[in-house]
Amino acid sequence: MATQAEHTTTNRRDFLYVATGAVGAVGTAAVVWPLINQLNPDASTLALASIQYDVGPIAEGQSVTIMWRGLPVFVRHRTEAEIAEAKAVPLSDLKDPQTDEERTKPGHEQWLIMIANCTHLGCIPVGDAGDFDGWFCPCHGSHYDTAGRIRRGPAPANLVVPPYEFISDTLVQIG
Amino acid sequence: MSEHSTYVPGNAVEKWLDDRLPVVRFAKAHLMDFPTPKNLNYWWTFGAILVMCLGVQIVTGIILAMHYTPNTALAFDSVEHIRRNVSGGRVIQATHAVGASMFFVALYVHMFRGLYYGSYKAPREILWILGVLIFILTMATAFMGYILPWGQMSFWGATVISNIFTAIPLVGENIKQLVLGGFAVGNPTLNRFFSLHYLLPFVIAAVVALHIWALHVPGNNNPVGVEVKDSRDTIPFHPYYTMKDLFAMVLFMIPFAWFIFFAPDILGHPDNYIMANSQVTPAHIVPEWYLLPFYTILRAIDFNVLFIDSKLGGVIAMGGAMVMLLVVPWLDTSKVRSGNFRPMFKWFYWLFVINFIGLMYLGAQPAEGIYTVLAKVCTAYYFVYFLIVLPVLSRIETPKPLPTSISESVLGKNAHA
Repeated sequence: MATQAEHTTTNRRDFLYVATGAVGAVGTAAVVWPLINQLNPDASTLALASIQYDVGPIAEGQSVTIMWRGLPVFVRHRTEAEIAEAKAVPLSDLKDPQTDEERTKPGHEQWLIMIANCTHLGCIPVGDAGDFDGWFCPCHGSHYDTAGRIRRGPAPANLVVPPYEFISDTLVQIG
Repeated sequence: MSEHSTYVPGNAVEKWLDDRLPVVRFAKAHLMDFPTPKNLNYWWTFGAILVMCLGVQIVTGIILAMHYTPNTALAFDSVEHIRRNVSGGRVIQATHAVGASMFFVALYVHMFRGLYYGSYKAPREILWILGVLIFILTMATAFMGYILPWGQMSFWGATVISNIFTAIPLVGENIKQLVLGGFAVGNPTLNRFFSLHYLLPFVIAAVVALHIWALHVPGNNNPVGVEVKDSRDTIPFHPYYTMKDLFAMVLFMIPFAWFIFFAPDILGHPDNYIMANSQVTPAHIVPEWYLLPFYTILRAIDFNVLFIDSKLGGVIAMGGAMVMLLVVPWLDTSKVRSGNFRPMFKWFYWLFVINFIGLMYLGAQPAEGIYTVLAKVCTAYYFVYFLIVLPVLSRIETPKPLPTSISESVLGKNAHA
């Protein structure tokens, strides 16, 4: 039996205990990580990350909903009046200030492309509705304007504009 | 644990077993001889009813899993297959679905009984905390189970709740993707929720075992809230409370059976008989009734508080409403346990009960007009009750005189009658 006195100084055995424990902890973490990481989106889900869509057939004033990465995406062909209305809003009125230009591509301002999930809790807002002529989310009452910007209600941010570019005049690549 | 044991092995085989694994001794001490206060009323039968509910859910659930397919293309049809083709499947599926609601009925009664009679006070804090953990685990299990039929409410309920994670600053979106296994609710989500929905009831059963262990150290609280002083205050658990609990279970089974056989879908939502569609949100998303009070609290915070935006604020409030329950033993410092002897507490308590039912009602209403105002008022009272009313009452209230013992309170009642 070791006496109390023998433990007052740090010795070789203490070092070995700590070193063994440290290696054991790292080893455990290395085993646990893949068991958690398997929960992340798998390769087949990530493979859907980029799509192309022809916006040509969409008439002025019409919206369509397409799918990207399992998420619904609004593509709206805005009218002149809607664009003018969006541009007329002073930034100081906005909860999440963004200009209309920041939410569209130059030369393609009539096209508004954004993920169709409310930034509050993910419901799909209803088009041509709400107090700001844009979208209204029926779940918890968020109102979006004609540029998809949050104007009133519990949602914290504007509808998300996904990364996209026009690869021709009407062909859009999302993702 | 064997201090109450009066077990004497009857023959050589029992003696042999008792020397090696005293499981019969343990069962006799805790299921038969356990000294139980003799004044427990029917509100105390809900613990046993809850054990029955958990048993019903596990048995019916294991059977349903034999016929169910956790795949987005097949899940909805496989539930219909159970209801239409599997022998007796209609009743078994209805029992499981109705059973979830009945579980929460009993759970809420059991918790409100604890809140009224001060069952959370020393020395039963751990007992209470384990109970709150069971409550939270049960809500998680019920929520994941509701995804499995893969109807519209399943899908959109999962979408709304998983988006709660995105309220977490910086890493919220990554956590959501980790939980869902994709960018939106989909097949990986359904698969893992099925796996966890099968696992969690057994975790609950383990915590229930700890809950009962923690109960059997100090013994039961009782309607007068005075601790057991001697053997005149108690009667053995069997046959007195085994029979009373069984009788209460029979009564509880009457509405349970009525729902199963006459209205299996009345507690559900018609939208869940439409297969999940990621492109269409139902006009009005409503969680199951038992989650509504907390859903109302989530929605009630529609304004920013300092640097906390409304979304994170709602999530904090909803989480806080549950975490609050964990610390109730330290918020209510009154030495008197039973609400029967607390003239002021009683009023605030019943207002809290009505307020909770109000929160439940508001959760099912659209988030507009007068409802949003009422939701804020009810949410405020929920927190005021725990954070202000309970601590303040503990200091200013003068309780009524307590009986000196359980025995005296029982005999005194008879003398007046």
